[in-house]
Amino acid sequence: MSKVVIVDYQLGNLFSVKQALENIGLVVEVSSDPASLPGAAAVVLPGVGAFGDAMKNLNDTGMSDALRGYIAEGKPFMGVCLGLQLLFTESEEFGSSKGLNVLPGTVKRFANHEDSKGNIVRVPQIAWNEIYPDGRDWSVTPFQSLNPNEHMYFVHSFFVEPQESGVTLSKTQYHDKEYTSSVLKENIFACQFHPEKSGNKGLSIYKNWASLNNLI
Amino acid sequence: MQKVRIISRLDIKGPNVVKGIHLEGLRIMGKPEEFARHYYEDGADELFFQDTVASLYDRNSLHDIISRTAKKIFIPLTVGGGLRSIDDIRAVLRAGADKVSINTAAIKDPSFIHEAALHFGSSTIVVAIEAIKQRDGKYLAYMDNGREETGLEVVEWAKKVEQLGAGEIVITSVDREGTGEGFDVELTRMVSEAVTIPVIAHGGAGSTADIKEVIEGAKVDAVAIASILHYGTIREQSLQGSYASEGNTTFMKSGRDYTKITPLTLREIKSELSRQGIPIRIN
Repeated sequence: MSKVVIVDYQLGNLFSVKQALENIGLVVEVSSDPASLPGAAAVVLPGVGAFGDAMKNLNDTGMSDALRGYIAEGKPFMGVCLGLQLLFTESEEFGSSKGLNVLPGTVKRFANHEDSKGNIVRVPQIAWNEIYPDGRDWSVTPFQSLNPNEHMYFVHSFFVEPQESGVTLSKTQYHDKEYTSSVLKENIFACQFHPEKSGNKGLSIYKNWASLNNLI
Repeated sequence: MQKVRIISRLDIKGPNVVKGIHLEGLRIMGKPEEFARHYYEDGADELFFQDTVASLYDRNSLHDIISRTAKKIFIPLTVGGGLRSIDDIRAVLRAGADKVSINTAAIKDPSFIHEAALHFGSSTIVVAIEAIKQRDGKYLAYMDNGREETGLEVVEWAKKVEQLGAGEIVITSVDREGTGEGFDVELTRMVSEAVTIPVIAHGGAGSTADIKEVIEGAKVDAVAIASILHYGTIREQSLQGSYASEGNTTFMKSGRDYTKITPLTLREIKSELSRQGIPIRIN
């Protein structure tokens, strides 16, 4: 069976992503070696933590170029949390850091001042929150089995602002801020929330993604 | 309004889930994996594992329990107890934890919070504050499961913890913990208002009304509950005559203790809160 490579760049909890992928019947290899990408049936880029540190690790190991090359070939790619943010042009975290620039757009921080109802906007957002369609049909996408407004688990201080409006697959509202919570563009699928931490509905996203890409 | 998380807290001693009062007088309830599995299926938003004796022995011994649990449970897992170093944190994250909770090590060396947040990201680092109300009305932070005084004033400590890069605070009222007398809403509100990171209320839940009170009164992001659920679980299991009967539950069945705690299931609690207008994830 063809293997799925989870990119290890020394940040975040890869264990749970691995468990989720194995749970749906995939063969998984965790690797920090760029040479493992060409033979992969699909690649997953997970991650929690700092954008700048992540890019530094990816650049230092040559993984950045390997990922860009892999994605450019049209092979199945999935990003989770920081793995979504890293696809974009740059992040405003600690000044500014350059991302993989596979998708044009920027990564911004939630402003933690009060919302319009006088509630404190707590950052990071650590919450189960709803994802809903933004004009795009979810059939024949990794969300094909979900109802609109399904709850997913989010842990993040930053969110993405894609330049191309067509790439957004779902949006989510945190206090007054509505933002892109997942993107789907051709072979690139990525979500801000953690499907591997979102119960059976989350697992079904991995399952749908794998089956749409003929991995299972 | 944002959804409030209902977190199942599992205090662990050795191979067992235990429960005491004021973090002391621990009694065996049953096997962690089975409780965890049950709460996952019943709609928990998160599980919080605390090694109750780790600090005394300077180590966390939950790795095996966590790695077995994380294979089957796909919701966030937070692990605390005896985490002293970056390597300790890395080890529990590798075992399958998503977040770690630190208390004693943070008090002994506050720069540890900063260092840990730099390594693993703020959102991975939860700081646990164990508060005891003093005769003069002040709240002081304690360590080693409420056993040792630190002289730190709780609100000042909470602010400092946020500055140092913690992603979340769990505030425990040691006075209320395990009693079922309700949360210390005043304490929880003071902490919640002092910081802009998420706050978890812990200690004292005896009924759904108590949970509602702290959510509304202290505007917390999450509530951690234990006894109320464990007793609910044992109630269910003893009806079915299955595993939890292994635990030392005679104290419960005697009807003498814990009269302030209404045994409930997560499903009962969540649907009741939702019915009363609290934003809750129902699955």
